[in-house]
Amino acid sequence: MDFIVLSLIKAGLIAFVLLTTLAYLQWVERKVLAHIQLRPGPRRVGPHGLLQPLADVIKLLTKEGYVPSHVNKPFYFLAPFLGVVLALLAISVIPFGPEIEIAGVKTQMGMTDLSVGLLFILGLTSVGVYGVALGGWASNNKYALLGGLRSSAQMISYELPMALALASPLLLANTLSFREIVGTQEGFYFGFLPRWAIFQMPFPQVVAFILYVITAFAETNRVPFDLPEAENELVAGFHTEYSSLKFAAFFMAEYANMITVTSIATLLFLGGWHPPFPRELGSDFIPPLLFAAGGAVMLFHGVTQPRGKWDNITLPVFGLIFLGIAALFAGCAVLPMLEPVRQILLPVFWFAGKTGILLFLFIWVRGTLPRFRYDQLMRFAWTFLFPVAVVNLLATSFFVAVFSN
Amino acid sequence: MPTSYPQLYFPILVQAVIAIAVAGGLIAGSYFLGKKVRNRAKDMPYECGMQPQGTARERFSVKFYLVGMLFILFDIEAVFLYPWAVVYRELKMFAFVEMLLFIVLVLAGFFYIWKKGALDWSREETTVQGGSETRKAA
Repeated sequence: MDFIVLSLIKAGLIAFVLLTTLAYLQWVERKVLAHIQLRPGPRRVGPHGLLQPLADVIKLLTKEGYVPSHVNKPFYFLAPFLGVVLALLAISVIPFGPEIEIAGVKTQMGMTDLSVGLLFILGLTSVGVYGVALGGWASNNKYALLGGLRSSAQMISYELPMALALASPLLLANTLSFREIVGTQEGFYFGFLPRWAIFQMPFPQVVAFILYVITAFAETNRVPFDLPEAENELVAGFHTEYSSLKFAAFFMAEYANMITVTSIATLLFLGGWHPPFPRELGSDFIPPLLFAAGGAVMLFHGVTQPRGKWDNITLPVFGLIFLGIAALFAGCAVLPMLEPVRQILLPVFWFAGKTGILLFLFIWVRGTLPRFRYDQLMRFAWTFLFPVAVVNLLATSFFVAVFSN
Repeated sequence: MPTSYPQLYFPILVQAVIAIAVAGGLIAGSYFLGKKVRNRAKDMPYECGMQPQGTARERFSVKFYLVGMLFILFDIEAVFLYPWAVVYRELKMFAFVEMLLFIVLVLAGFFYIWKKGALDWSREETTVQGGSETRKAA
């Protein structure tokens, strides 16, 4: 019965980390968008606005949860419920590190590893369309209806190239379990080039990766594919009639979906938790250097040129925390007695790093690109992405059939 | 290393319970928390403050159904690809030729619907007679 206790502990831990990440992803998005647009972003609540997510939660809790009398009640409540449940459920099959041993107990990092992991996630995201479509229809509002319709047509149109783009790295890996897919990407060519799917012989999956990232933007209804909630045409699209925590539920689902799709991209194309170059060439020293550089910059700014009211206290504190993390990573890289800690920390660092870079890309694109027109959006999916995905799949299968052993 | 089905799927059950608790908590919370004030203006569908004209249960463009139908046709092809990709290294060239034939057939259908204009959203829809009024695309 060990596995019951173990899964409960892991589930609690992952739920806590995930919910915190969701709240702070919102903060990061607002900060990054603000800096792209030359604004400071949230900075009133706590140092650098770091308590803003908490304030937002309190605000949403105390807002009026209005249920308009013109809505179709069962489906109106079902829509955000479905969205959140499916988005959180998808996280359960995503691994974020190798098998580890803590105090004699062997366990995987990640909740479970299904032999059909990828199909499980594809199934859940397909059902996710219902959340948006039902929300739009049940609201009994013309804008919401249009948003829901647009979004269901858009999500199913982009699901097709996405399914094809995900099938081509599978030709290299020949398994649907995420852990085994990452396992096939371990190792290096010529001693330095990682065997990630985007570099893997006989046919590097660069095209499939780009296709997947594009369709992932569309599947999560993000800019430039945010027509379901195009605020200057449709008020707020499918969630126009939703308020307070029901509105928060839709947002939570969107951010959880973002984390899921970026994790899948990392696992399938970017080698999961494997470092970008071998340990012999010093990949263990990247995390301490990054954290030390960040900590040093914060410490320096806090001591010499504090700009805000509390900067002379908060910046040095954060700088010291970062330097402490850097020291921990440096210890892992140098001291053999910290090997068990290293085996936990480094895979998590590389996995979180790659996922974080992709999440930053999502925010960066939102700050940079304008929205598609609807006919352009549909034409792009069917007459460009779909044929390209088919050609890429056939090319991959041809090269694998001819050149692999 | 868990191997049996209960061990593999128990974490998913736990996660499902957590997800249902979070989602249910959010929706129930919005029902019980916060003050409630109802009035007629607030109860109208929100359409930028204008008086709503007509109902939202309108007829909409048939193209949305068309996309749904096309999606089902082509997504079945995508479903076939996954088991094919998993056993690919055992079958090699045989699997490639078989799938090539299948994809060529699917692509023939794809080019047919493309030339028929089913994928063209910018084309002006042929007007449909609905009683005395003439409707255009939504």
